[in-house]
Amino acid sequence: MSTAEKAAGAPARADGGNGAAGAPRRGLAARAVGRLGGGVAQVLLVLIALFWLVPTLGLLVASLRSNADNSAGGWWKVFTKPTQLTAESYSSLLDKGDFVDSFWNTVLITVPATLLVVAIASLAAYAFAWMEFPGRDWLFLIVVALLVVPVQVALIPVAKLYGHIEFGGFHMFGSITGVVLFHVAFGLPFAIFLLRNFFAAIPRDLLEAARMDGGSEWTIFRRVIFPLGGPAIASLGIFQFLWVWNDLLVALVFADTGSQPMTKWLQSQMRQFTGNIDILAPGAFLSLIVPLAVFFAFQRYFVQGVLAGSVK
Amino acid sequence: MAEVDLIGVGKVYPDGTRAVTDLNLHIEDGEFLVLVGPSGCGKTTALRMAAGLEDISEGEVTIGGRVVNRVPARDRDVAMVFQSYALYPHLSVRDNIGFGLSLRKLPKAEIRAKVDRAAEILGLTEHLSRKPRNLSGGQRQRVAMGRAIVREPQAFLMDEPLSNLDAKLRVQMRAEIARIQRDLGVTTIYVTHDQTEAMTLGDRVAVMKKGELQQVAPPQELYDRPANLFVAGFIGSPAMNLIQGSLSGDAANPRLEIGGQTLTLPAAVLTERPALASYLGGDVVVGIRPEDMEDSELVEASEGSGLTSTADLVEAMGSDVLVHFAIEASQVVTEDTKELARDAGTDVLGHLEAPRTDLVARFSPRTRVKVGDPVAISVDTGRLHFFDIESGASIWGSGGAGPAREDEE
Repeated sequence: MSTAEKAAGAPARADGGNGAAGAPRRGLAARAVGRLGGGVAQVLLVLIALFWLVPTLGLLVASLRSNADNSAGGWWKVFTKPTQLTAESYSSLLDKGDFVDSFWNTVLITVPATLLVVAIASLAAYAFAWMEFPGRDWLFLIVVALLVVPVQVALIPVAKLYGHIEFGGFHMFGSITGVVLFHVAFGLPFAIFLLRNFFAAIPRDLLEAARMDGGSEWTIFRRVIFPLGGPAIASLGIFQFLWVWNDLLVALVFADTGSQPMTKWLQSQMRQFTGNIDILAPGAFLSLIVPLAVFFAFQRYFVQGVLAGSVK
Repeated sequence: MAEVDLIGVGKVYPDGTRAVTDLNLHIEDGEFLVLVGPSGCGKTTALRMAAGLEDISEGEVTIGGRVVNRVPARDRDVAMVFQSYALYPHLSVRDNIGFGLSLRKLPKAEIRAKVDRAAEILGLTEHLSRKPRNLSGGQRQRVAMGRAIVREPQAFLMDEPLSNLDAKLRVQMRAEIARIQRDLGVTTIYVTHDQTEAMTLGDRVAVMKKGELQQVAPPQELYDRPANLFVAGFIGSPAMNLIQGSLSGDAANPRLEIGGQTLTLPAAVLTERPALASYLGGDVVVGIRPEDMEDSELVEASEGSGLTSTADLVEAMGSDVLVHFAIEASQVVTEDTKELARDAGTDVLGHLEAPRTDLVARFSPRTRVKVGDPVAISVDTGRLHFFDIESGASIWGSGGAGPAREDEE
């Protein structure tokens, strides 16, 4: 606290004695937040947002120029020479079978990994929050403890385990299934933790009313908890989707060339000396545009969900 | 529609806390029974055990003759109205009311018809498509009622359903609940903290204290013949004045001394209460209802029925005037009065240097008593209440005490 603030605080407290507790003194940050509604702040925020979008724009423009143009100068040159713009990189990229495969691999990894986590975690969270069974709280503590286990420590043991799982020509190691299961396993602790806390904040009366109305546990979950948990479940889904979509580490370890997602494919295209920016830029932009679209589509829930646990 | 019985029901929580002890209640088919008592007296716990939301530790609960101890809430066929209303925020009023029916897989058209009828009874027809958050408190309360009505259950269980409403609306909804219950004739158990609700709604009222049933009786009997100090002090507003006094004289001319003043009692008091004779020459607790006192200037006071004091506070209520005054008699401090004081949020002062008890009298609005004036109070001595100073039990005499408390402590 600054000395100026202290000096200002003393008289405020002195004459605050006769009224009720007068309005508490607000710090700089609090006042800034208070003004966020104002017009000036709105304009400022839009400017900041646009500024943050510049790299994305740069990537888009770079992906729309030829390799030669890109090596000749920065992407902003396009503003003086709009004729440079060409969709050639995209068409040649989409002709590459391995890129298209890796795009679909990313989808095939991300969608199941997200849906499974949401489905399993919401059921588990309901049980942890509202069902009585022996050892419930201990089990939940273990789940919370799993939050701090880093992915890295599990890489080698899981790789070994996957190496043993093979039947009828199916090898777990290097398969999409293996990557999905790894993501699900490491996504669940946080997902359960988040949803359990959200579900636990739902008023008990609501569940009891549903029980009196004749609801079984499953009906209560499906018709009361799931709809009410919507914002939290949606934001969890977005989190998990973005995390898995952008993952490189797990893909590098567990995916082979047949099951590799876009991140791994992009990494494999990197050259020490630039020269293939016509592949990297459109590839990177295509891998970026999906999470961006998902985020904008659900950002309303995202904000609600992030606030959900903290602000009661 | 069915009878509900609670037989020796008790509740002990896993940590050993006892919430309800040996509760015996028989609720007739179609009867409106009100469970009333201060907070923490176990009334809500008792209701929740009947609902199936709380395990029953001891005894049996039967609904329509069927023991339901092991029957889950959803199969008991009773409906509950919650204090918080517990409306489903994501469903429209129509879906809220029809929720229970749709879980029972009734045909859509039938649900529609039933919900429409319930909405009509409750005046909700034009709000059926709205969400609960867009409704006023009173409307939410109606939806909660509608959810119970529409299921046509064996019994209604209501847990302080009006306590979240403001005073005016509460009076209105109280009348509405009474009307609906009478029209439908559904057995109802109604929990409340408010004795006015208890008195106005209940066919019978059960008063509970610390998990134990004190008395079950029709409202007027509860008021006229309270079984003990607790019931006497809890029922009635303003509360009955409780003073220590001593009885003297003989059976023909009994006298009561309180705070150095003497009241002569009519002989009928002793014939009504044979057991009181054995207290002659000893101490008792005297209960005087505020409405049994009047300004002496306004009535023809008979000899020996007056108290004198100074008015400490005069509250004009319009229809009557509440006059607060003190007399030099010892306060009654028993377990019952402590519990009453705790409920009222006041502290029991214990014994001061000079014995002093504050009383409240309800005078006619024609009184001209002002604060600080000397006041002469005429007491209707035939309507006094007497309680044993040790046990707190009402003194009546053999068989006269009505349904007394279940067990003496």
